[in-house]
Amino acid sequence: MKNLSQDEAKRISDKVLSFSKGDQCEVNISGSRKGNIRYARNAVSTAGLIEDTQLTVSVAFGKKQGIATINEFDDKSLEKAVRRAEDLARLAPENPEFMTTPTKQQYKASDTFSQKTADIDPEFRAQVAAYSIENSKKNKLVAAGFFSDSSSFTAIANSNGVFGYQKDTGLDFTVTVRTEDGRGSGWAKRSVGDVSKFDAREASNVAIEKALRSVDAKALEPGRYTVILEPAATSDLLGYMFGGFDARQADEGRSFLSKKGGGNRLGEKLFDEQVNVWTDPWDKDVAVLPWDGQNMLARERMDIIKGGKIANLDYSRFWAQKQGKRAVGSPGNIIMAGTNKSTEELIANTKKGVLVTRTWYIRMVDPQSVLLTGLTRDGTFYIENGKIKHPIKNFRFNESPVTMLNNIEELGRPEILSGDESQYQLLIPAMRVRDFNFTSLSDAV
Amino acid sequence: MERRAFLNVSSLALGTMLLPAFGRAIAAEELLKPVALQFKKMLADTALTAATQAGASYCDVRVGRYLNQFITTRDLNVENVVNTESAGVGVRVIAGGAYGFAATNDMTPDGVAAAARQAVAIAKANAKLQTEPVILAPVKGVGEVAWATPIVKDWRTVAIKEKADLLIAANKAGMEGGASFMQSLLFQVNQQKYFASTDGSYIDQDLHRLWMPVFATAVDQKTNKFRSRQGLSSPVGMGYEYLDARPEHKIKAAGGVTTLYTKSYDLIEDARAAGKQAKQKLTAKSVEPGKYDLVLSPEHMWLTIHESVGHPTELDRVLGYEANYAGTSFATLDKWQSKKFKYGSEMVNIVADKTTPGSLANVGYDDEGVKCKRWDIIKDGILVNYQATRDQAHIIGEKESHGCSYADNWSSVQFQRMPNVSLQAGKKKMTPDEMVKDVKKGIYIVGDGSFSIDQQRYNFQFGGQLFYEIKNGKIGEMLEDVAYQSNTQEFWNACAGLCDERDWRMGGSFFDGKGQPSQVSVVSHGASTARFNGINVINTARKIG
Repeated sequence: MKNLSQDEAKRISDKVLSFSKGDQCEVNISGSRKGNIRYARNAVSTAGLIEDTQLTVSVAFGKKQGIATINEFDDKSLEKAVRRAEDLARLAPENPEFMTTPTKQQYKASDTFSQKTADIDPEFRAQVAAYSIENSKKNKLVAAGFFSDSSSFTAIANSNGVFGYQKDTGLDFTVTVRTEDGRGSGWAKRSVGDVSKFDAREASNVAIEKALRSVDAKALEPGRYTVILEPAATSDLLGYMFGGFDARQADEGRSFLSKKGGGNRLGEKLFDEQVNVWTDPWDKDVAVLPWDGQNMLARERMDIIKGGKIANLDYSRFWAQKQGKRAVGSPGNIIMAGTNKSTEELIANTKKGVLVTRTWYIRMVDPQSVLLTGLTRDGTFYIENGKIKHPIKNFRFNESPVTMLNNIEELGRPEILSGDESQYQLLIPAMRVRDFNFTSLSDAV
Repeated sequence: MERRAFLNVSSLALGTMLLPAFGRAIAAEELLKPVALQFKKMLADTALTAATQAGASYCDVRVGRYLNQFITTRDLNVENVVNTESAGVGVRVIAGGAYGFAATNDMTPDGVAAAARQAVAIAKANAKLQTEPVILAPVKGVGEVAWATPIVKDWRTVAIKEKADLLIAANKAGMEGGASFMQSLLFQVNQQKYFASTDGSYIDQDLHRLWMPVFATAVDQKTNKFRSRQGLSSPVGMGYEYLDARPEHKIKAAGGVTTLYTKSYDLIEDARAAGKQAKQKLTAKSVEPGKYDLVLSPEHMWLTIHESVGHPTELDRVLGYEANYAGTSFATLDKWQSKKFKYGSEMVNIVADKTTPGSLANVGYDDEGVKCKRWDIIKDGILVNYQATRDQAHIIGEKESHGCSYADNWSSVQFQRMPNVSLQAGKKKMTPDEMVKDVKKGIYIVGDGSFSIDQQRYNFQFGGQLFYEIKNGKIGEMLEDVAYQSNTQEFWNACAGLCDERDWRMGGSFFDGKGQPSQVSVVSHGASTARFNGINVINTARKIG
C-alpha cells in the first residue's frame, strides 16, 4: 500500500474516532516503504522491498484500555479494529496509573523528509553494494555490507482533537571489509535522513583503508589508556546512559541518578563541564518527529546536560502529575556539543593513546554505576607522538559512560549517527578521554 | 547474539501505543479458530504452480498465522493485555541458481501467485550478481503430514483474569519477600505454520511457547544502593502446564541456597525468593577478584553455551555471511577439518538437536521441510560438526541438511538459525553438592546475568543472578559484583566436572537476534551443573560522582 497523504490519513483517523464508543480513543497510522540490499563474500546475498501500513487503535472505558491493530483500511475493517480494541478494554483489569489522552498539542513541523531519499531505487542500492565490492576486490579484500532506506509517514489523532501528520525518510549503511586471510578488518557506518549527505564510495573507502591498516595487530597490555573514541565507539554507551534519564526510576532509588536519602540528582554536576547535551526535534542534521509517539505529547528543544550538570529528566505523564512537574514528549534525538576539530587533529594532539573505531556487544554490568562491558572492533590503533603508530589487538572494556564523560580531554567534530542498539538519532563528537578502562585482550579480528 | 529486543519490550517506559509490534491485535475468542487446511494447501499449490511456470527450479511456500498474547504487570498493577495476530504467505524460489523471496498478506490465489512471480523476478535479477549457484541438499517429499508441540494446557483457553491474577500474586509475593519494586510478564506464543515445496511436502505444524520473566528490585535509599534479581524460570516449548508448580519438579540448588525448577515452575515461590534475595544482595560481600573454580548451574550455563558454542558453530558465520553484523567465528573450517581441534576438555560433549520435548527449538520439520534430528557438534572435546541448512550441507560434505532453517515470520526469509545446543551430562554419578565438596576456592553461580562476547567468539564476560562463595568444599556467604572473563577455548578446556543426568535441564532465549534485517529466533540449551577450574573473576563495583 502506498504511503498515505495527510488528507487521506485525516479522513481515516476521523472515521476511526467516529466509530469508537469508548470514553476516549487514540489512533496511530503509520506506513513505510523500506528497501534493502545485503552482501557478503563480495557478492549480493539478499535484496528486498517491503511496503506496509498499519493502523493502531486504543480505546479506554474508564481506566481500562485495549489496543488493536489492523492493516486493512476499508470502512468495515476500520470498525472491526475499533470493536476489537473495545473488547480488549472490557477484558483488561483497571490500571490505577492510566492517564487520559492529551488535549490539543501544537506540533511544529520538523524537516524529516527528503524527496531524494524517497526516490532511492534498486539500481541505487545495487550501486552502493558495487562500490564496496569492486573496490574491495581491487585491494584483495572481502566486503560484507547492508544498505537500507525508508520512506515513511506517521499520523496520530485522538478524541480530544489532537491531530498530527508528518513524512520522514532515512537511510542506514554499514560495511565491513576484511582481508582474505582474516587478519585485518575495517568498518564504516553512515545514517542520514537526506541521501545527498551520503557518499557510499567515501564510506566504503574508510572501511577498506582500516582493513588494510589493521593487519598484523600487536598486543598491548590491558589497563587504563587515553583513548580517542570515534562517534561510533560511544554511540551505544551514550544510548544506554540516556535511556536511564527516567525521572521515576531516579526518584524511586533505582537509577544512577537517584539521590542518597531519596529524590533525584537534577541540577547536580556529574560530568566534565565540556559536556553539553540537548535534544531538538528541529535540528537540521538529526530532525525527528515533533511528537512522542508513545503519549502524543509535543517534543521540545530541551537541555539534558548543561556544563556537566543534569539539566532535565524524562517525566512520564503519570509521574509528572504525581510529582507536580510538566511532562513533555520524550527525546527522539541526542545532540552533544563538539568542536570543529577533525579526528586527525585529535590524534595529532595525543602523545600516547588508543584510537577506537567502534565498540561492540555492549551490555549493562551494573546499572548502579552504569558500568558497561563490550569490545573494540574493526580498527583499533596505537597512537604515539600525534601519529598512528600501528594496529593493536582488540580490547574488552569495563567502563561507565558517566566516568568517560568526566574524563574528557578534548572534543572533535560531531557526526550524525544512529546507535546499533540505541533508540536515538545521534549527533555526537569524537572525543579524547583519559583513563579508559580496558580489562582484557581479545584475539578477534 | 542474545539481542536486547526483550529489554525494549519489558522496559518500564513501555508505551501502550507501541505494543502490538508483534502483529495485528485480535479479540481473545478469535484465537482458537484455525485456518482450514485445504485453504492453506490451495494457496500453497497456487504459489508453487505460479513460481514453476515463471521459471523457478525450486519453490517453497510458508503460510503462517502467528498468535501472541502478552500481559505486563508492574507492582500491583496490570499495565497491558494485548492479543496480536499476523497472517500471510512467504514464497522462496530458486531461479537461475539464485534465491528470490517475496511475501504478502494478501491471502488470495491472485495475491500469492503475484508474490511467487515477484520472487522469481527477484531471483533472476540476483542471478546476474551470483558468483556461486545455490545447491540444495536433497529432501524427499513427505506428502501431507502434521506435527504439533505436545501440550497439556493451551494458553488460549486460560482466562486472562487467571493469568493476570497469577502475575499480580507473584509481584505481591516478591514485595512481601523484600523487593521494593516488582515487574512480571507473560509471553504466550502460538505459531501455525504450513509449509509446502516443489519436493512434494505439505507440512502443517502447530507450535506453542511460553515465557514468564520476573524482576525484583530492592532499594536502600539510605545507602543509595539498589540491586535486582531476575526469575529463574526458563522459556519453554510447552503449554500453560509449565505454570503448574508441581512439587516433584522442584529441586534444591547446591547448599540449599534457593529452589530451582525442572518441568514446571512455581512463579509465586520464585518471585518471593527473588524479592528476598534482591534485598540480601544489598548487603552481600563484594567479591575479591582473582582465579576461582566456578560451579555453574544449568540456569546459568545455557547462556554461556549459547554464546561460546552455539553461535561460533553456525556455518553461515564461519563462512562469512554474517561478517557485517553478528560477526564471523574462530571455529574455522580448517580447525574442523583437522579433526584435532580441542574445543574443550575430554568430558565436553555438545549435541545439537531440534527434537527434545519442551525445548524452544523443538519442531517436527524446519522451515525448508527437513525432518528434525540430533547430531554431535563437539565429541570428547573435539569440534566435529556445525549447524547447517540445505544450501550449506555440501560445504561440509554432508548429504543432508541438519534442519536448521528458520524464519521468524511469514514475511521474513528463512536462513540458518541455531538448534538447541546442549552440554551432555557427566557419565559419573555426581550431584551439585558432591561437586562443591571437592572445591577449595570457588564461586557457585545461579541464573544468567550480563553477557558480552567478541565478534569471533573468543573473549567473553558473563555475570549471573546469585553468587555464593565456596570455601573448602562448603557453600558460604552470598557474594556480589561478580563477573568472569575468559577465552572460549581456554574456558571449555578448563571444564573439570559435570553433574550427572539427574541434574540436566534446559534454559533458553526467546529473542536471539541475527541477520540484516534482524530476525529473532528461539532456542534452548541444556546442561547439568558444571565445574570450570581457575577462571578469572573480576569485581564490577564502581563509584561514580
